[in-house]
Amino acid sequence: MKVLIVEDEPEMLEVIAQALEQEDLLVEKATDYFSALHKIVSYEYDCIILDISLPGGSGLALLKELKNMQKTEGVLIVSAKDSVDDKVIGLQAGADDYLSKPFHQAELIARTKAILRRKNSFSLTLLNVSDLSVDTESRQVQANGSELQLNRKEYEILLYLCVNSGRLVSRTALAEKVWGDNVDIADNFDFIYSQIKNLRKKLKESGSTVKIEAVYGIGYKLTANEAT
Amino acid sequence: MKLLNYTSSWFALLLLIIIPVWAGVFYFTILDEIYDSMDDGLENQKILVIEKAYQDSSIVNKQTFGEGYYAFTPVDPEKALKFQDIYLDTLMYMKNEDEFEPVRMLKTAFHLNGHYYHLRLITSMVEEDDLISVLLYALAGLYIGLVCTILILNQLLIKRVWLPFYGLIDKLKHFKLNGPDTFVPPPTKIDEFILLNSTVRKLIQSNIDTYQSQKQFTENASHELQTPLAIGINKLELLAQEADLKPQQAAYIESAMNNLERMKRLNSSLLLMSKIENNQFGDRVAVNVNQTVYQLLEDLTDMVEYRQITIQTHDHMELIWELNKGLADILLSNLLKNAIFHNKPGGQITIQFSNGVLKISNNGEPRELDRNQIFERFYKGSESTSRSGLGLAIARVIAQNCRLILDYEYDAVSYTHSFTLTQ
Repeated sequence: MKVLIVEDEPEMLEVIAQALEQEDLLVEKATDYFSALHKIVSYEYDCIILDISLPGGSGLALLKELKNMQKTEGVLIVSAKDSVDDKVIGLQAGADDYLSKPFHQAELIARTKAILRRKNSFSLTLLNVSDLSVDTESRQVQANGSELQLNRKEYEILLYLCVNSGRLVSRTALAEKVWGDNVDIADNFDFIYSQIKNLRKKLKESGSTVKIEAVYGIGYKLTANEAT
Repeated sequence: MKLLNYTSSWFALLLLIIIPVWAGVFYFTILDEIYDSMDDGLENQKILVIEKAYQDSSIVNKQTFGEGYYAFTPVDPEKALKFQDIYLDTLMYMKNEDEFEPVRMLKTAFHLNGHYYHLRLITSMVEEDDLISVLLYALAGLYIGLVCTILILNQLLIKRVWLPFYGLIDKLKHFKLNGPDTFVPPPTKIDEFILLNSTVRKLIQSNIDTYQSQKQFTENASHELQTPLAIGINKLELLAQEADLKPQQAAYIESAMNNLERMKRLNSSLLLMSKIENNQFGDRVAVNVNQTVYQLLEDLTDMVEYRQITIQTHDHMELIWELNKGLADILLSNLLKNAIFHNKPGGQITIQFSNGVLKISNNGEPRELDRNQIFERFYKGSESTSRSGLGLAIARVIAQNCRLILDYEYDAVSYTHSFTLTQ
């Protein structure tokens, strides 16, 4: 699947591209308004990751052009502006989602994939990692053929790890996912750890090959045994 | 002391000195005029009496005053010739008053039918002690009248004159640098107050400008930091993905990441605060505080259970406040999180909704917090340094913005820390 990244900061562009490439997505890049417009007119993408402030014009104007052309690309706005108003304006202009900087790679991947899932009707609500499948609509999780009984936070954490399967999800990214922004995280690491411990136990009891690995002290990674 | 009272008391004091001096001058001038007029009267009577004596010489035998106002006394020619008219004050028994009263007397001498006579004429005189006492009463009355008049004039006139001044003071008292209102001094036609107004306005304008540029700077700086922070965090995440890191390297990455995360949180908190102070959260709606709290508690359930905290709620009243919804969520969730994170494991949280007051209490350290400091930015008690120390500061900024009063109480018996929000 093809993703266009429109971002004027070269280093930012680079890290976003790298993260997406690791997910086996085809990545195209544009660093200003006109080259982005040119690419949008000329090619079809599955998803566009769009910065708002660009040299040569605003990302919102680009979004308008896109809608005028009746293109159906999913758009994820990535912006340093994080007020509710900015988000509302972005979403009203037709963006599918809004991610404010700074963000975690895990969050970027999760949001991008959600857009891709929505845009491509296949596997709309079902997420599969090896023998683990998560139904995002009924919020049910099957592991090795049997259903896992998870509480709300466990479900959210597992879903997040599944979306980012094979990728390191840092503890802070997890904590933020669970707690929302603007939290003093320190105390929550214990909480996250205890949730992970429960998840591991439940996965093990089901006989699933899927494992939650600790990656150094930094975070966790969902892996399937057969893949490694 | 009010300027009004100050001027009034000076007026009263000065009048107290001026009026007696003025009274003394008045008294002697009046007295002099009275004597003058009486003496003129006596002079006239003298002529009339002497003319009468020429017509009817028998009256010269009237040697005492009796019922009349004149008396004759025969006298030697030499004495009479040498005699000059004299006016003098003397006392005479008055029947009506039953005492000696002062009278004015004219002594003169004249010649009739070869004889010489002394003629004494009297006229009753102003009683000086009476005059003085009457004058004193009149003056006392005048003094009181004057002071009263001055007081009334002061009240009416000076109060009116100083109206723009008090108006200005009142405006200054209620003016806030970070408030939404611009400073407009009350209009006046008086030059001095116009000068005062324009000076104050200039001073305030320069303060507002400085404040605005500072706020702008905070916001811009926080904003510009977002992208580099994002790059830093993402690069470290990419690095941590590498399979063969040595534990030491991983530890460095972890530490760098944690610090960047902390910086990110600080930055976004500061940005949030400067946005609140910039009044970028406008539209207010009626927020059901009880419902909001219950919703937030639901989101926090897992953490509450994990820390084995029990929560008691008392709905004495349904609180509906006019707030910005987003800010209300942040404010209430900060207070709830504060009550959870600073609680002891297995502790208790009590939430009370009563008339116009939301009270959130939690068990915690057996030590009162410094109420002057806990709402300050970056205040950290004895806590770990990983906290931003901005949660309560944000809560207070929001409370101020929403015109709520956020306060702290400590119960030393049950070691309970309480935060109250009052409308």
